[in-house]
Amino acid sequence: MAKITYIAFDGTVYDIEAREGTTVMENAVRNSVPGIEAECGGACACATCHVYVDPDWVEATGEPQPMEEDMLDFAQDVQPNSRLSCQIRVTAALDGLIVRVPESQG
Amino acid sequence: MQAPSEGLNHAGLFMFTEVQRSIMSEIIETDVVIIGAGPVGLFAVFELGLLDIRCHLIDILDKPGGQCAELYPEKPIYDIPGFPIITGQGLTDNLLAQAKPFAPTFHLGEMVAGIERLEDNRFRVITDNDKAFIAKAIVIAAGGGSFQPKRPPVPGIDVYEGKSVHYSVRKMEAFRDHDILIVGGGDSALDWTLNLQPLAKSVTLMHRRDAFRAAPDSVNKMRALAEAGQLKLVFGQVTGLEGDDGHMTHAVIVDNDNQEHRLPATRMLPFFGLTMKLGPIAEWGLNLHENLIKVDTEKFETSEPGIFSIGDINWYPGKLKLILSGFHEAALMAQAASRVVNPDKKVLFQYTTSSTSLQKKLGVA
Ligand SMILES: Cc1cc2nc3c(=O)[nH]c(=O)nc-3n(C[C@H](O)[C@H](O)[C@H](O)COP(=O)(O)OP(=O)(O)OC[C@H]3O[C@@H](n4cnc5c(N)ncnc54)[C@H](O)[C@@H]3O)c2cc1C
Repeated sequence: MAKITYIAFDGTVYDIEAREGTTVMENAVRNSVPGIEAECGGACACATCHVYVDPDWVEATGEPQPMEEDMLDFAQDVQPNSRLSCQIRVTAALDGLIVRVPESQG
Repeated sequence: MQAPSEGLNHAGLFMFTEVQRSIMSEIIETDVVIIGAGPVGLFAVFELGLLDIRCHLIDILDKPGGQCAELYPEKPIYDIPGFPIITGQGLTDNLLAQAKPFAPTFHLGEMVAGIERLEDNRFRVITDNDKAFIAKAIVIAAGGGSFQPKRPPVPGIDVYEGKSVHYSVRKMEAFRDHDILIVGGGDSALDWTLNLQPLAKSVTLMHRRDAFRAAPDSVNKMRALAEAGQLKLVFGQVTGLEGDDGHMTHAVIVDNDNQEHRLPATRMLPFFGLTMKLGPIAEWGLNLHENLIKVDTEKFETSEPGIFSIGDINWYPGKLKLILSGFHEAALMAQAASRVVNPDKKVLFQYTTSSTSLQKKLGVA
């Protein structure tokens, strides 16, 4: 298990124990973190699970793949630390990960 | 379109004003109008066709296939019975091939704006393109609703929409001699950059990164124009619009070095892809369940006799939004629709494998 902290736009903090191998999006949806819609169910086809990765965790989560970069073009307020949370897989190395939900999804 | 509360007739269905009726240029008579050409609408053509029912399909997209073709054409689907794996576009192509013997007519790029019941119990269907249909039955296969352009999160953008901010180009002339700001990195953004550049006063193409999803040929042409100083290429995001009474004069942009600029712009075309909105369906007087159309599970008929609803847009206890469920719904709906379209005709239960009459219809016997 790895602890993931989601910070909603209004500042509400959700600490969630996530199983390795699941995605950051799936854990958000299962725990009803507001602003993570995942309309397409995790197929990297909609950009409604957009999050900002905490600067300290950008390296550990890695770079988006080209398909994810293409889909990020459809997200709002994209920053250098923007990711689609359906494309971040939980590993032991991500224990403590912090992600924020953008205002436009608030 | 007038407010629904004023336009409802006694049956609760939407009514058109005399003005709306008089501008309907073309009237098409048919057995069934299918609203939505997604996978479920396409399969309905096949099931209705086996029962000798002819269909016209209307979809706001410029191509058939609904979500499968628009949102995930290249992605694999694993739960279509009989296909261990098939892509969204592959399934769409197969459904089109399967429906081909029944020669459906497609009306693409048009949104169904309203439906009303006529005195003879048939229906009139009208599109936002002023096309009118008269049908004996209607099948609403509108999925997640109509695809509509995504609006960028720029404060106050709604004031400029329709005047200075447009999500599509209907008439190129409306852009002549304007300072045009085009935002996006896909084919629509690039195509309109290239098409409008010769007649614009200036064109700025803005994208969040120096990589484009569009066809490489268009990207090369765009880059050549940018190098020749004939268009401006900017990497960043729009944060605000300035102007008066919906007429834009400047866009405020933040580039990727976090510098704010004011860019002269009197027209803006944002291309951020499509999202699904229920659209006008909510105004048609049908019983809804959380924005989905309530149907029974025998005929998949709505609260209005003769109007059926199948696929993602309908709801009944136990509903699963799966393509295979939509296919089942189409088959049962067709049986019931046949009784509406051809009340005197007896519906025989037959297999496509063994019935020569069905095989004749399919053109294989
Ligand atoms: C990324 C992704 C992956 C998926 N994977 C699967 C899967 O593996 N298996 C599965 O079974 N399902 C899957 N689905 C769901 C599946 O795509 C839907 O269940 C299916 O598309 C529903 O088909 P439909 O024909 O009912 O509606 P849609 O495909 O939504 O088509 C409806 C059409 O109606 C049109 N329309 C709506 N209103 C109007 C109007 N007023 N006027 C004109 N046109 C209108 C729309 O533009 C649209 O083209 C997936 C969905 C997504 C987004």
